[in-house]
Parts: sequence; C-alpha cells; structure tokens
Amino acid sequence: MTDVPLPYRVIRVNRETADTVTLVLAPTGPATLAPFAPGQFAMVYAFGVGEIPVSVSRIDRHALRHTIRSVGAVSAALCALRPGSRVGLRGPFGTGWELGRAAGQDLLVVAGGIGLAPLRPLVLDALAARHRYGRLNLLVGARSPGDLLYAQQLRFWTAHRGLRHCAVTVDRSADGWWGHVGLVTTLLNHAEFAPDSTTAYLCGPEVMIRATARDLVHRGLSAQHIRVSLERNMRCATGHCGHCQLGGVLLCRDGPVIGWDRADPLLSVREL
Amino acid sequence: MAGSTVTAVLDRNGLDALVEELTAQGRTVVGPTVRDGAVVLAELASADQLPWGWRTRVEAGRYRLVPRDNGAVFAHTAGPQSWKAFLHPQREKLWSADRGPDGSLSIVEERADPASYAFLGVRPCDLRAIAVQDRVLTGGRFENSGYAARRTGAFLIAAECTEPGATCFCVSMDSGPAADTGFDLALTEVVDDAGHRFFARAGSAAGTKVLSGLPHRPPDPGTEAAAHDAVEAARDRMGRAMPPVSLRDLMGESLEASRWDDVAARCLTCGNCTMVCPTCFCTTTEDVTDLTGDHAERWQRWDSCFDLDFSHLHGGPVRATPRSRYRQWLTHKLSTWYEQFGSSGCVGCGRCITWCPVGIDITEEAAALHDELAARLRQDEQNDEGGGDDRKEPER
Amino acid sequence: MTSTTTLAAALPAEHRARLMRQAREVSFPAGTRLFEEGRRADRFWIVRTGTVVLDVHVPGRRAPVVESLGHGELVGWSWHFTPYVWQLGAEATSPVRAWEFDAAEVRDLCAADAEFGRAVATWVGRVVAHRLHATRIRLLDLYAPYGSGS
Repeated sequence: MTDVPLPYRVIRVNRETADTVTLVLAPTGPATLAPFAPGQFAMVYAFGVGEIPVSVSRIDRHALRHTIRSVGAVSAALCALRPGSRVGLRGPFGTGWELGRAAGQDLLVVAGGIGLAPLRPLVLDALAARHRYGRLNLLVGARSPGDLLYAQQLRFWTAHRGLRHCAVTVDRSADGWWGHVGLVTTLLNHAEFAPDSTTAYLCGPEVMIRATARDLVHRGLSAQHIRVSLERNMRCATGHCGHCQLGGVLLCRDGPVIGWDRADPLLSVREL
Repeated sequence: MAGSTVTAVLDRNGLDALVEELTAQGRTVVGPTVRDGAVVLAELASADQLPWGWRTRVEAGRYRLVPRDNGAVFAHTAGPQSWKAFLHPQREKLWSADRGPDGSLSIVEERADPASYAFLGVRPCDLRAIAVQDRVLTGGRFENSGYAARRTGAFLIAAECTEPGATCFCVSMDSGPAADTGFDLALTEVVDDAGHRFFARAGSAAGTKVLSGLPHRPPDPGTEAAAHDAVEAARDRMGRAMPPVSLRDLMGESLEASRWDDVAARCLTCGNCTMVCPTCFCTTTEDVTDLTGDHAERWQRWDSCFDLDFSHLHGGPVRATPRSRYRQWLTHKLSTWYEQFGSSGCVGCGRCITWCPVGIDITEEAAALHDELAARLRQDEQNDEGGGDDRKEPER
Repeated sequence: MTSTTTLAAALPAEHRARLMRQAREVSFPAGTRLFEEGRRADRFWIVRTGTVVLDVHVPGRRAPVVESLGHGELVGWSWHFTPYVWQLGAEATSPVRAWEFDAAEVRDLCAADAEFGRAVATWVGRVVAHRLHATRIRLLDLYAPYGSGS
C-alpha cells in the first residue's frame, strides 16, 4: 500500500521519556504492509489530523514499532493514542541502512536524541549476526539523562548480547547521573574501530550529523562508509510531491539514508 | 519526416469532424478557446470554439490577444494554463476514512472516474511537458495512479508551431517547434493562396484510425512542403534563447552566485511561474474532517516551492529567503531534474516569463548566471597564472 | 577533531618527549577532587585511564557536571594563562591513573625555549578550541523538540 493507508491497531504504548512514546502496531485484518528494512520509514496517519514520516524503530514478525516524539499536531495526536486505537500506515518507503554491505567491518553507530530510534533495528540486526561483523560500537547522545531512549535495552545489549562498546553522553547532567557529559563526538575517542575498515551509521539532528561525520572523515573513514539519515518535509513519500528535495536528491526515494559523500556537498550549501 | 506514416490534408470541415468523432467516442475534447481576454484550455463542443483569427502578443510580464487577419486557428502561443490542469488537476481527492463507533478505521481510495480525454492543439513544447510529467508521476518505483488513469488512453493532437511568440525558446530546449513523437495526430496549419488547411500526420494506430475516418484530401507535395517550411521558419524566429551551454552544469556551479540576490530583489515569490509551468508537479496534502469528526478526507492540491511552508521542518522553513526559493525553482527546473528524472524540467514554452508579474525572464537569469560563472572562471585562471606579482595590486 | 587534541597527536615527537620528561605517574581513587574553582592552577594532568569530570559549584545542589574527560585528554588549561586560577572544579569519578605535571616547571620550559613554548601553546589552544566548539553545539540544545538552534 503506497497511496492509501492501511489501518493498523495500536497493541501497546511504551512511554520512553516525558515526550516520547513507542507505538506497537499490528494490522487489523489479513492485509499487511510489505516487510520493512532497518532505516526505512512509514507514513503514519492520525485520523483526521494528518500524516508524518516515521522510521521503524523495531521490526518483529507481526508488529511494527514506531518511536514518536510529540513535537507537532500529528505527532502529538499519535503520542496520545492508547491501546486499541487505530492509525493508518503507508510504506515501506526509502532506502535502508543496508547493514549487509558492511560485512567483515567494524560498525560504528552514532545516535543523537530521537535519532536512536531508526538505528535500533540496525543494532538488533547486527547483534543477531555478530559473527558477520567486526566490533560493534554504539555511541548515544541525549539531551539529559531523562531524555535517553531505551536505557534498559542499552544495558541489556552490553551485558547479554555482546555489544562491544556502548557509551552514552548527555548535554546536560542531572543529579544521579554518573555517566559521561559532553558532545557525542567526544565519545569517538573511546570507541573501538579501525578507520580503514569501518562503516558508520549516523542519525540525529543535522548539526550533530555534520559534526560527527566531519570528525570521522578526519579520523580516516571514507565518506562512502559513513551512512547518514536525513530529514526534510515529506508529503507523499512516493517521489511525486517534490517536498523532500535536497538538491538532486529526493529524500523519500533516494534517502532518507544516503552516503556522506553525497550528503556533505549538499549540506554545505545553506538553504538548499 | 513523413516516411511510412499516414498523412492527409484536412480543411476546417475536417477539424469539425475531428471534434465530432472524438466526442462520439465518448471522449472529453479539450482545446484552446478565447475567454476573458486570453486563450485558455477548456472542454470543446465543436471546432467553432477554437481561437479562429486570434493571435497573441506576449512579452515578459505581458500577454495580449490581437486579431490575426488570415483567420489562422493555431497562431497563438502558450496561454496561462497547460494540459497538467487536466492530467494532474489542481485539487484531487485521494481517499476518505471513516471511524466506526467501535473505533475501527476504514480507508478507501476515492478518486473521481477519470475522463477519457482528447487534447486538441497540443504544442510540441507541451507535448514534451506531458512526457516529462509522465516520467515524474508514472516512471518511478511508485506510480501516481490518478495521473496514470487520466493519462492512459488520452488522445493527443499536436499542433506544430508556425508562429512562435516573443517569450518562446523551445529550440534551446530541443522540444520544438516540430512535433516528432508522443502524439496520436499532428497538425500543421498552412494558410496561403491555395487556402486554409492542415497537414495531418498520424502518430499511432489510434490516430491512423481516426484520421482515415475524417473527410480529407490525400497529401499533396505543395501542402507538405509549405507545412515543413513554416515550421522550419519558426525555428529561426524564437523570441528568446538559453545560453548555449550545459544548463545542468551551469546551475550546479552557480549555487552561491551573487545573481540570486539580484533576482531575489525582484521576485515576489508569488509562485505564478510554478502554476503556469507545464512540468511543475509539486503537490501538498490537506486532511479534512466533517462536523461529526468521524469522516475524514485526504485531498491533494498543487503546491509551490515558492511557498514558505513548502520546506517547513520542525521549527521553520529550510528555505526561508526568496533567494533560496528562486534558486530552488531554477536549479531544479534546469539541473537537478536530470538527477531526479533523467531530463531537463524546462521545455521552453515561455509561460513563466509571460506570466511573471514583474517580468523575470528565465533565459535572462540563466544568461546572467552564465556570465557570472565565466567571469569567475576567468578570474580564477588569472589568479592561477598571476602568482606573486599580481597580488600587490588589490592591496593598494 | 578530538583525536588531534590528545597529546600523542597534537605535539611533535621531540616536544612530546621533552614534556613527558616532566611527567609524574599518579593515581587517584574515585571521588578525589583534583582541583577547585578559584584555587591556584599549579598542576595539570593527562588522563591515562578512568574518568575525570569538570563541575561547577552551585549552592543547594550537587555540583553539576559540565564535561567528562577520559583517556589521553588534558585536564586543566588555566595553568597556561594568567592569573593561573582554576575556573571549574575537577573530580575523579572512577579510579584514575594519570600523568601529572608541575605547571611552573612547564611554564619555565616554555619561556626558555620559544619553539617548545609555541608547540605547547598550540596544543593547549587546540584543546580549548575543540571544547569551545563542542560546547557551542551543546548550547544549541540540539535534541530539544525544536532543536538545532531555532
């Protein structure tokens, strides 16, 4: 289904932080969307309010998860849903992270804020096939300790699932926080990766992506091996409405995940 | 050009019969007609409604109808509309959703039944524009089903250009004045001592069938030669031209040009150019509900990259300045379109020049960008060659 | 960027060797205060293992941490600039092993050898510039609902 949303039922709502929830969604009938790949997104429709693009934050056999932060009319409506509510879904759309292309390499996953959500299915896939990859590093930046997503899971992955290096940093400390304080790029010093044999996956605010990608290039990663997920206004998600243009890139079709070799010159031009 | 294609000569009666035949086939015949002081596109009941004896005088920001003394019907240039108004309408319902008392949700596609169109008098530039929109809306991984339904089976009758206007530059964009492909029938109007007639060529099986059923004369070499000469003559009478360089590369090299500030000082960001452009395809969506709150609809309507909301992201628009929005339009049209859809997005119809309220001229802007880039490259070259000696000068 | 602020990458080998001749190996248990705001900046450290945090004293609450420093990173730069007074506090939040330097000795070396002095100044300047840049980005509150400085 790409034109008309397919009804899905909210089977669970996980509150992640004060302004962020994860909706666990299952189809209401026999019809179901085609399988999603990590990094791809769906257009999620809140009845009568509107539709927004949201990456999948976990892909199970029967259920899709979308982690949504309440920042606008549609996302606020979605965050207010309860189990049993219905949404409309279209998708899957866009390019994925394409983890398979990094076989044999060290993996460096860098997330900022809600950017951890689209990266979670990538981390899960990498953990499920650890032997195919080198060292898996997950670096996470959050606004404050209370804004950190999936905190329990991060600990679980490190303790029980073989996540080699997981580091979290916050912009602002708080009482009771004993972890790192600083920009997410400062975590790179402690990550374990060989720059000439590493693929990096970045998702977060554009400023954070630019700072991190440039740091990584400086450390010797090739731009093609830095995959970034970008965001622009999106309406149709099928390549027909023109809203998500970033230069010659149609982000709904050629993105949201593109190589830094392609993104760097585009993000360097203001207001492109 | 004719080769093995079926050709014939029609007179005014033949044109009348053409409209009658297409109407009899159940088609909605759309063509140019005079209304509100302009040649507009509208549904035609008969060939009488065509703009017989009218031509247009256009300039940047200016459009006037003037009588044509020889009674020609295809003497006008591109009007304020293009065929996208019919194939890719301004407003279209996509689907509707209903919420049941139990909270259940049903969503059904709800597009209007597509008309079976026949377009009469499609200029070669517009023929190209339709092909460009075909690629955008149906040539990718996903197909715009509403467009596809209207486009499939639409019967296209081209009218080759013999009287280009002052804002025309199809020769630069290689899209006219002759019609080569993409039509069912092509007409070339000839008015001379031998009479007022149309050299007709079939471009498809459907076109051949229709043509053979019309009252016609067999093609004569005189009419064919006159038609050919008139189109060739038009080729040399283009009112405008693009700089003869790769516009794709030119725009790619000009993203930081100072000319954008110059044009931004004149541009009202009204979006007229995007509305009249026959290839501009951008749309947005509107979600509406009725008073009960249990019935919702999704509508699609034209949008413009000149609109501030177009690039809205979280806190505000990505392209906040007129400079960036004009640059987006022009670089998309002439350059990034190739990357996205494999061709230029400009067909040289000149509408954006004619209908710009302040007379911004796409060919003039491209030429200015070209001059600026050439000057910059010259300067770079001098700096490379100059070495230490030249450096003293600017310091004085 | 960060990589160039660690000592190994930032100082040419000859100057690095010279600086390291001044180093003393030290270790601190978790909870050790390395320095306090307003005190004389008479030493500095390069972390070998463990974490040192920089904090600011605020009455009525635990001192908020503004930055964490780890392996290879310079702890303290106020020793390099008059009036040689710490601007923040520093605490080991884990057992820390570090190289410790006497600020006056290093300053004397810098004064005696202009080339060495320039190399050290460039290194400290890079550290400060990098931390300033990182702090400016954090200042944007990027991860706020309407982040990226809007």
